[in-house]
Amino acid sequence: MEDLDNLKATELTLGLPGTDAPEKPSPASTTGANKRANEECCLPVAKKQVVGWPPLRSYRMNSIRIRKMDAEDNTGIYVKVGMDGAPYLRKVDLRVYTGYKELMEALNDMFKCFSLGGAEGHEESGYAITYEDKDGDWMLVGDVPWEMFISSCKRMRIMKGSEARGLSSST
Amino acid sequence: MTYFPEEVVEHIFDFLSSHRDRNIVSTVCKAWYRVERLSRRIVFVGNCYAVRPGRVMARFPGMKCLSVKGKPHFADFNLVPHDWGGFALPWIEAAARGCPGLEELRLKRMVVSDESLELLARSFPNFKALVLVSCEGFTTDGLAAIATHCRGLRELDLQENEVEDHGRQWLSCFPDSCTSLESLNFACLKGEVNAGALERLVARCVNLRSLKLNRAISVESLARMLARTPHLVELGTGSFTVEHRAEAYQRLIHAFRKCKSLKSLSGFWDVAPRCLQSIYSICPNLTVLNLSYAPAIQGADLVKLIRHCFKLQKLWVLDCIRDKGLAVVASTCQELQELRVFPSDIYGTGTAAVTEEGLVAISSGCSKLNSLLYFCHQMTNAALITVAKNCPHFTRFRLCILDPGKPDPDTNQPLDEGFGAIVRSCKDLRRLSLSGLLTDKVFLYIGEYAARLEMLSIAFAGDSDKGMVYVLNGCKNLRKLEIRDSPFGDAALLENVGKYETMRSLWMSSCDVTLGGCKALAAKMPRLNVEVINDRDESDEMEENPSDMHKVEKMYVYRTLAGARNDAPEFVEIL
Repeated sequence: MEDLDNLKATELTLGLPGTDAPEKPSPASTTGANKRANEECCLPVAKKQVVGWPPLRSYRMNSIRIRKMDAEDNTGIYVKVGMDGAPYLRKVDLRVYTGYKELMEALNDMFKCFSLGGAEGHEESGYAITYEDKDGDWMLVGDVPWEMFISSCKRMRIMKGSEARGLSSST
Repeated sequence: MTYFPEEVVEHIFDFLSSHRDRNIVSTVCKAWYRVERLSRRIVFVGNCYAVRPGRVMARFPGMKCLSVKGKPHFADFNLVPHDWGGFALPWIEAAARGCPGLEELRLKRMVVSDESLELLARSFPNFKALVLVSCEGFTTDGLAAIATHCRGLRELDLQENEVEDHGRQWLSCFPDSCTSLESLNFACLKGEVNAGALERLVARCVNLRSLKLNRAISVESLARMLARTPHLVELGTGSFTVEHRAEAYQRLIHAFRKCKSLKSLSGFWDVAPRCLQSIYSICPNLTVLNLSYAPAIQGADLVKLIRHCFKLQKLWVLDCIRDKGLAVVASTCQELQELRVFPSDIYGTGTAAVTEEGLVAISSGCSKLNSLLYFCHQMTNAALITVAKNCPHFTRFRLCILDPGKPDPDTNQPLDEGFGAIVRSCKDLRRLSLSGLLTDKVFLYIGEYAARLEMLSIAFAGDSDKGMVYVLNGCKNLRKLEIRDSPFGDAALLENVGKYETMRSLWMSSCDVTLGGCKALAAKMPRLNVEVINDRDESDEMEENPSDMHKVEKMYVYRTLAGARNDAPEFVEIL
């Protein structure tokens, strides 16, 4: 599944991990005929652009789309955000943000008085922004598409110091 | 047999239920042809352009039930441009002139206008049943005409059509005198309907056995209707949005308990997991359950429900059931014959919802399984080999690995051996859809072993022309072949041209076939229509520069007695 050798995935950044196209193991067959299929394998974004794939009736695709739209009509998704060492938690409305970048900036603003660090500082201070998902697992923020994230995030926690060190590739 | 009087021959033909058998006996001699054609009541036309409507009516003047199919199957996935064709009007006009005794009409993938529905409603005094599947082109006004004029209508079944909403009045058009409805399905309608009129209609149609509501119908309304239809056999629940503390919910539970004949459930678009408990009392009787439009129900709730459904024969679910959920299905539903697992999230990067494990679990528990449609993120050869061994009775096997051309994740090998095992083991296989990384080898296996195969769907597969040739030369019962994004070119297309007259149709898109190849095919086989379907933006280019070397984006070939059709739009070139 994921490329375990790719430490880049665990490197701390404020942007989406894997914003460069991720490398995937190439399938065994490399004959010219399959090249088209291989290329489509390596670019997950390209999947959406293949016309008529996956082979689902328009009716079903439309139902899924309608459901997504209905879900988007909901009012705000408020989740608690805690930070280690901070005396109180905050609440953010995930609906307000269009993506991870905005969320990070907002969190930065909210918690800067607790020395989350400025633009230069964050790499040294060693923190990780995590969230608890529907299954109860603590996940690193940024791995999954934004829509998927906001639909599964129950609360967030900003881990600092020693706990975060394990997630940072720079230690 | 020719020494028997015609009535006797006709009586013997009554025992022939399949179209194929009746077609065959009609070719034995002129006398049999005559007896057969005058006594045929049910006519099936698999391709609306294979024969002229008038000819069908002339040959079968006693026809009572007509089924016609229009667009090629890949139209379901938006691969066929919108106004390609498949119009119902010529068929309804011809039937109105030639077979006014028509009682049932079934159309699939056709363009049905309000005008055609109005003509239908007025032309057949004995009309009893209208079934429209995956059709488009009509509005609720057309339905109003049917409701108004078809006295004695027994069945109105609308399955997955695109219907434009022109208001809720259509249902009120059923006159108060209408009490004949046995089956009403309007689940695909997006708009509101007049709930009061519906409830009154349902109450007075005492023979109603199948009722499938659309999403706009409230649970309160559903509860009231169920109270009046305790003999219902099939139910589509509508949205099923209800608060479990609400009085309507209690009434619903009570109504369900009285419906002792209920065998089939679908709908559930917005059901809250907790409210599924209301159907626990019916589950032990269910043979058909369709939860594939209910993404709010996660695996755990699905499992709780399915544990009650031990008589289930047909199950349609979303992949949020997960492998674990499928294992529960395997242990609970020993009578399962058909399983469809649909993807719930096509936009995400795939949280592995179901994998090969789920399918293997199903195969080891459900030995009667004969029909499968399975969307998953990965599949292994080992799993397919196990499935083939456990379930040798597959007649329909459709596997869709969401990532095109994905190999076996354990071995990085193509899935040739896995599918090979399926075709070798399942001797009655009639329909097969392939996916994943596949070389020419899989087609060698299919050509050699899939003797009963009638329909084959190929996408992103194969290495060379040999692949397609193996199939064309091997599968002697092949009727429909549809291929997309595979490296098959003119050599394969022209290798066995006679084969296409034994088949209903061939579809090839994004392959390596050229315009020259298509022209050669058309020239050799005058009884085939070779349609070259151009992408709209390119069609201007095509006229200026029609080089024979130009690769054809979409090609549809079908045998026909009717010659080139005269209703083709300008982006379709019939060679």
